[in-house]
Amino acid sequence: MANVPADLKYASSHEWVRVSGDIATVGITDHAQAELTDIVFVELPQVGRKLAAGEACAVVESVKTASDIYSPVSGEIVEVNQPIADNPALVNQSAFGDGWFFKIKLANPGDLAKLLTPDAYKAQIS
Amino acid sequence: MSASLKRTPLYATHQALNGRLIEFGGWEMPVQYTSIIDEHQTVRTAAGIFDICHMGEVFISGASALLFLNHLLTNDASKLAVGQGQYTQMSQEDGGTVDDLYLYRLTDKEYLLIINASRIDADVAWMQKQLAAFPQQHLLTFENRSDKYGAIAVQGPKAAEFINDVFPGGSHAGTHVHKVTELHKNQIATFNLKATGALCWVARTGYTGEDGFEIVTTASRILEVWDTLMDAGKTHGLKPAGLGARDTLRTEVCYPLYGHELDDKTSPIEAGLGIFVSFEKGPFIGHDALLAQKTKGPQKRCVAFKMTDKCAPPRPGYTVWSGEEQVGQVVSGTLSPSLNAGIGLAYVKPELAKKETVIQIDIRGKKFAAQVVGKPIYRKAV
Repeated sequence: MANVPADLKYASSHEWVRVSGDIATVGITDHAQAELTDIVFVELPQVGRKLAAGEACAVVESVKTASDIYSPVSGEIVEVNQPIADNPALVNQSAFGDGWFFKIKLANPGDLAKLLTPDAYKAQIS
Repeated sequence: MSASLKRTPLYATHQALNGRLIEFGGWEMPVQYTSIIDEHQTVRTAAGIFDICHMGEVFISGASALLFLNHLLTNDASKLAVGQGQYTQMSQEDGGTVDDLYLYRLTDKEYLLIINASRIDADVAWMQKQLAAFPQQHLLTFENRSDKYGAIAVQGPKAAEFINDVFPGGSHAGTHVHKVTELHKNQIATFNLKATGALCWVARTGYTGEDGFEIVTTASRILEVWDTLMDAGKTHGLKPAGLGARDTLRTEVCYPLYGHELDDKTSPIEAGLGIFVSFEKGPFIGHDALLAQKTKGPQKRCVAFKMTDKCAPPRPGYTVWSGEEQVGQVVSGTLSPSLNAGIGLAYVKPELAKKETVIQIDIRGKKFAAQVVGKPIYRKAV
C-alpha cells in the first residue's frame, strides 16, 4: 500500500501539496511514482511562470511513458528542484522528500480547500 | 482490461508474481514485474525469463514443404540443415512486409514457423491464401497450432549455466547433441524436461542480443517448464522479465518489431534486412519488387540514432528533422538502460543514413540533437 502522509493535501491527478505560509511545495505521490516506475526524465517549469490551478507545468517520464504534472493551485513558481532534473531517480526514492518538484506562491489560498484530504486520496487509489 | 483479450497459460503465474498486465497485440501480457530497468539489467548481467506463449506456431510438413516455404518467404530455406533455424521475412508482391518470422527445420520434411503474436491471424490467412494457389498443395500439410503450443525465452549470459540442469539428457530430434549447451546459435533440438519428462523443442536464439534459449512445447506443459526453469535459475540470478524490458533490450540491439520497423508499406530492403532476402534461390513472393528496390536503392532507410542533447527519451511517432526540413519519423525510441541515453530507430531519407550524420528529433515541440550510429546501438563488451 502506498504511503499517504497525513499532513499533506492531494490532487486527484496524483500531486501532493505541503503548505508553509503562502508557499506551496508540490511533488508527485508515492502511488504515482510507483505506477510510473523508473523515472528517467523530469522537465521542470520556469521560475516566475504564473499558473492556473490544474494547468500542466512539468513532465515526468519513465522508460515507457511521459506524463504531465499539473499545478494543484494557482500562483507563481518561485523555486524548482533542480536536483531531480539531474537525478530523476530521486523522485522514486523520496517522493515526499528530496523528490519534490516546485514551490509556488499561492495566488488564491481558497484553492487549497478544493484539494483532497489524505483519506479521500487513499480512497481514490485503493 | 478488455474481456476479449487472450491470456497465456502463464496468466495466473504473472498475477502471482505481481506482473503489471497490459494489452499487447490482442493479448493480456506482463509489461514488467519489478521495473523495466531492473529486468533489463538482469537480462544483460544474469538471466531473464519471458513468457512468449502469445507468439504463434505454424507447422508445415511434407514432400513440398520446402518448395512452398521458398515461395512464401524471402530467405533461402534450402540452406537449413535439420535442426537449424533462420530469421526470414514474408513479403507481399509489392515488397511490403506481411511479417518477420523465425523458420526452423525440425526434421527432414517438417518445418516450424514462429510468428508475431499480433500477426497470427493475418499471417495464417496470407499463408492459406498462398497455399490455395500453390500447385503442389496436396503434397504438404499446413497446421496452425498457435493455440495448442506455448513458448518461453530464457535470455542472458547466465542462461547456459543452468539450462542443462533443466534438460538433463541429450537431444532426440533436430540437431544431435548430448546436452543443450552444445547447441550453436540458431540450432534447435528436442529434450526431455527434468522430472516431468515433458518433450520440448529448445532453440539457442532470442530477441535481446544475449545468449539464450527459446523453449517451445504444448500449452498444457508450459507451466511445468516455467517452474522448472525458475527453480534451476534462481541461484544464477534468473528473474521474470516483461515486455518493457524485451522492448528496451531489442531496441538496443536494433532487432525489428512488426508495427514499428516493419509493416505492409515497408520492405526488408528499406528496413536494412536485405541479408535475409535471397535473390539467388529463384522466384518468391515479392522477388521482383524487392530486386528493383535493391537495384535502384530504397526511398527510405531505417537508421539507428543516439540523442546527443540531454532530453526526454525519444518515442515512436516523433518526427526527425535536418535543420528546417522534416526528414523522417521515429519508429522505436526509448531510454537505453545500458547506455543511459535516449536511443531509437527512425526512417529517414537515404542521404541521411550515413553514420555520424547529425539529425534532430522533435520531442514535444522542441528539437534536440541526435547522431546516426551503427547497428547495434549497444554492443556487449568482450
